[in-house]
Amino acid sequence: MIVRVSGEGQFRLPDEDAGRLNELDNRAVAAVEQGDETGFRELWSQMLELVANDGNALDDDELIESDVILPPRDITFAEAKGEFTGEGLIPD
Amino acid sequence: MPGLGGRMSTVIKSKISRLLDRAEDPGETLDYGYQKQVEMLQNVKKGIADVVTAKKRLQMQSTKLEQSVVKLDTQARQALSQGNEPLARTALERKTLAQTELQSLDQQVKELEGQQEQLTANEQKLRQKIEQFRTKKEVIKAQYSAAEAQVKIGEAAHGVGEEMADLGLAMQRAEDKTEQMRARASAVEELEQAGTFDDITQLGGGEDDIDRQLRELTSGAQVDDELSKMKAELGQGGGESPALEQGKENA
Repeated sequence: MIVRVSGEGQFRLPDEDAGRLNELDNRAVAAVEQGDETGFRELWSQMLELVANDGNALDDDELIESDVILPPRDITFAEAKGEFTGEGLIPD
Repeated sequence: MPGLGGRMSTVIKSKISRLLDRAEDPGETLDYGYQKQVEMLQNVKKGIADVVTAKKRLQMQSTKLEQSVVKLDTQARQALSQGNEPLARTALERKTLAQTELQSLDQQVKELEGQQEQLTANEQKLRQKIEQFRTKKEVIKAQYSAAEAQVKIGEAAHGVGEEMADLGLAMQRAEDKTEQMRARASAVEELEQAGTFDDITQLGGGEDDIDRQLRELTSGAQVDDELSKMKAELGQGGGESPALEQGKENA
């Protein structure tokens, strides 16, 4: 699975991580819908950690499309309200 | 409803797909795609230059404000040593405001520096990807049939397209932030032009409109605190302090 963190490049993650990432994504959507910024921040950093721990940065000569594009690390809560909606970043 | 990732990749995909569908000759598509990528790279360079310009402007303001802080502090000491407490208070109020603005400016300069670094790093990454695309397109043109080439081009074009779109997004965010800072910088400039940080001795100790507004803006407690500290300092050896010496020269 190829994941891009906006502004930071692409990472190759084991396919098993898709379920975990999707779960975090869905919970992040729920947190945003409830206006729970603290909860969202926590989930968002868990998503970034998952990418940092399990992911390997793609070489610059690999021209591949990402399966998932995560927003910029420093996303504001107001921006998150526009991004983490419905099925989230990862459609179910 | 897809989020940012979804929205962004949908836009890129449809744009690239339209481009690929329209082309009758894959080789032509490749050359056109490459040309577009090179154009995008030029825009990135311009975007980075804008960030640098904004940063320089803020740095210049910051330097001016630093000078104002020093000057107003000196003047407060002079006023106090001459027994003019109201004037000393005015100078300290202005100094407090200048310091607050200075902190905010320095923070903004730091943020812009971070953005500049990130944009520069991303520009280099994109440059490498585009170079890679250029190599690949020559290989594809030479080795594959039209139908096969179409598929291969699709893959490579989507990869580079995503990289470009992402950099475009980063630039948009940098521009938005720079715009906010520009507004803030203009506000500080207006204060400067109104004489807020000017030489208070030119006011002659009286209170004007600016001062009344300042009183509302600055923290009275901080000014009181600094004033009493200054009094203590001057009380201990005020007669020989450089500030007083200078005050005498100016008087």
